[in-house]
Amino acid sequence: MNDVTLTINGKPVSGVTEPRVTLLDFLRDVAGLKGTHAGCEHGVCGACTVLIDGTAVRSCLMLAVQAEGEDIITIEGIGGSGARAGELGVIQDAFCETHGLQCGYCTPGMILAAEALLSVNTDPTEHEVREAISGNICRCTGYVQIVDAILLAAKRLGQRNDAAPSDANLV
Amino acid sequence: MKPVRFDYKRPTTIEEACGLLASDDNARILAGGQSLIPMLSMRLSRPSLLIDIAHIPELTAFVETETHIEIGTMVRQAVAQKSKLVKTHIPLLAKALGHVGHPPTRARGTVGGSVAHADPSAEIALVAATLGAEITYRVDGADEIFDASNFFIGPMLTIAPPTGCLTQLSFAKAPAVCGTGFHEVAPRKSDYALASAAAQINFAAGSGVTSIHLGIGSVGDFPERLDVDQLCGTPLDDAAIADAIHAAMQVVETVEDLHATAAYRKRVATELAIRALRDARDEISKDLNQ
Ligand SMILES: Cc1cc2nc3c(=O)[nH]c(=O)nc-3n(C[C@@H](O)[C@H](O)[C@H](O)COP(=O)(O)OP(=O)(O)OC[C@H]3O[C@@H](n4cnc5c(N)ncnc54)[C@H](O)[C@@H]3O)c2cc1C
Ligand code: FES
Ligand code: FES
Repeated sequence: MNDVTLTINGKPVSGVTEPRVTLLDFLRDVAGLKGTHAGCEHGVCGACTVLIDGTAVRSCLMLAVQAEGEDIITIEGIGGSGARAGELGVIQDAFCETHGLQCGYCTPGMILAAEALLSVNTDPTEHEVREAISGNICRCTGYVQIVDAILLAAKRLGQRNDAAPSDANLV
Repeated sequence: MKPVRFDYKRPTTIEEACGLLASDDNARILAGGQSLIPMLSMRLSRPSLLIDIAHIPELTAFVETETHIEIGTMVRQAVAQKSKLVKTHIPLLAKALGHVGHPPTRARGTVGGSVAHADPSAEIALVAATLGAEITYRVDGADEIFDASNFFIGPMLTIAPPTGCLTQLSFAKAPAVCGTGFHEVAPRKSDYALASAAAQINFAAGSGVTSIHLGIGSVGDFPERLDVDQLCGTPLDDAAIADAIHAAMQVVETVEDLHATAAYRKRVATELAIRALRDARDEISKDLNQ
């Protein structure tokens, strides 16, 4: 058994785990955060996407012990915080508005992939959006509304001039 | 939780990593994990010890020498893709990197891991084989260097020593005038290719085309170079390119699987090789026609 300490959504989390436990299972079973979804568990679907230092990675392709000391954001850390706690984040809101989700299984991964893109590219082309989610499979929507959602979120984030400190990680 | 039980170690020097490798016949190196962890999850790989080499500073170095660019094995594919050194001096690798998996797999996957893993459709392995990159392994305290053009011998099979640790890849810097082309056909964007081709034409003012490097991937059991040397010194017109590639493809052995027949792979690889070489030529057409 190994001790693992990491930061999840801004909070330090420690746990004792076998080396064979993936970060995905650690997030769901040890940290109790069930928003990160297990789809294929071998790297092909993207449902388990999380952010490490702002970059999208697959949590099923990382062992929890490899994530020691890392700074991780899951879907639970994407909504508003501070005065906006409990509200949806801009990207989440855009997904609702454009019907970017149906069953919702792929959605956390899609939103985090979008977040990773928009944090480095505030005005992406449709092609860049499709490239950013190229590793994420959706069995319901046909992707069109997902692309619409991310483009809408980019537009809203670009027009916003109230970038509240609590949402600093969004822009 | 799907893998078998194993121990996990995080060495901080190459020596320590090699010592751990030598201490256990069933130890495996863990680099980016983007190929190994799926194999663990499917229990295709059942190691007793994983040696995580991500915390060895020497293995993430980028070194520019007068003639070469040396890339540490642990350099992440996304880092190499953005690197100015790669764009300027290994333009063929820069073109290929965008085809390797997806942004999240490139964020973790490493340049060296892809070569060590030796998937027949790996783009980085194809570029290394095409350009004859030097692959360095540390074995028993000494460096052993392999020529990438005859390093790959089968699917997931190389001539690397089983107890060695890949430390770096070294690519000759492309000349100031050089054209490159890279094409692949994959079922989904950025997925493993069904056929791929990489081409580089080196040019020197005064002497014209000095060398032509052409390789195909995903078609046989490993990436392979095509010999089109007879094109050096010719005007590289479309007909000559097509003839040379059709002739070179005659001897290539193709494999068949669930996703594509051997005949399909061969036909597509031939066409992609033609396009890659034409792209490379077009990039230097100004100099060629002087
Ligand atoms: C969805 C998906 C799509 C992908 N698409 C592509 C694609 O289109 N093209 C492509 O080429 N790859 C693709 N890959 C695989 C690619 O992402 C991997 O990064 C690469 O194959 C292996 O690199 P790694 O650093 O992840 O190595 P790991 O998975 O950590 O290791 C792979 C193997 O190499 C050995 N190894 C690694 N480093 C060393 C070393 N320094 N010395 C000795 N042995 C070593 C390991 O022991 C292991 O056996 C894809 C992966 C996924 C999950
Ligand atoms: S669950 Fe990780 S990619 Fe499918
Ligand atoms: S909404 Fe159902 S998988 Fe995407």
